[in-house]
Amino acid sequence: MIGAIAIGLAGGVIAGLLGVGGGVLFVPGLVIFLGLDQHQAEATSLLAIIPVAIVGTYMQDRYGNVRRGDALLLGVLSLAGAAGGVALANALSGRVLRDAFAVLLLLVAAQFVRRALGSGTGQPAAPAGFDPPGLEKG
Amino acid sequence: MQVPAEASLHRSLRLAAIGTLAGLFSGLFGVGGGSVIVPLLVLWLGYEEHPATATSLAAIVFIAGFAALTHGLYGNVHVLDAVLIGIPAVGGVLLGTWLQQRLPARTVSLLFAGVLVLSAIELLVR
Repeated sequence: MIGAIAIGLAGGVIAGLLGVGGGVLFVPGLVIFLGLDQHQAEATSLLAIIPVAIVGTYMQDRYGNVRRGDALLLGVLSLAGAAGGVALANALSGRVLRDAFAVLLLLVAAQFVRRALGSGTGQPAAPAGFDPPGLEKG
Repeated sequence: MQVPAEASLHRSLRLAAIGTLAGLFSGLFGVGGGSVIVPLLVLWLGYEEHPATATSLAAIVFIAGFAALTHGLYGNVHVLDAVLIGIPAVGGVLLGTWLQQRLPARTVSLLFAGVLVLSAIELLVR
């Protein structure tokens, strides 16, 4: 129980900081510390992500950063992909899925290293309100 | 500024492609799909980093919802563990969002990458 709470806290902080990363910590956390198999860990991670994403969205929306029309379109149009992805995951063995997930972690890690080394000053990005109004509002 | 209809359609098609890719990715790997959505919003739609991150989070509410529901049909969801993780994670997100304006992104990204590499090694040797 303590383990689950610690996984949740750590994943949440990363999600708030970087916008991605809740799930990529939840899944290995559930497998390594709580002993779930890969399929259970992924399914449970997805459910745990929802409250995180809701609150994260609310916070970011207050900073004016959420482009609501785009977000809605992205979300609704993901349905077929999401169902297909889950079906594919369940067609794979736990071993194969776990190894594929480990490779994914390495790729995400590489992406963050590249972003860190290529981001110039390493200072926080522009404050909220910096971006000009999006075209989708027109 | 008026958006020409063709540009608007083009934009919607790109969003549909990103949504489908993110859905596949999310369902297959049990993650939100932000690591797919954020770079594609930046590359294909010219988003800045912060709006990309924020818009991605909002889309993930739907994506993770659809994927969790489908996984539920397979009987894979551990609801109690999800609650024990999801609720403290909300506190974590509040802290993380507050810290985002105050921490150097580079340091955070490198630390996070280190944790991911260690996790990957642990999963591969398991």
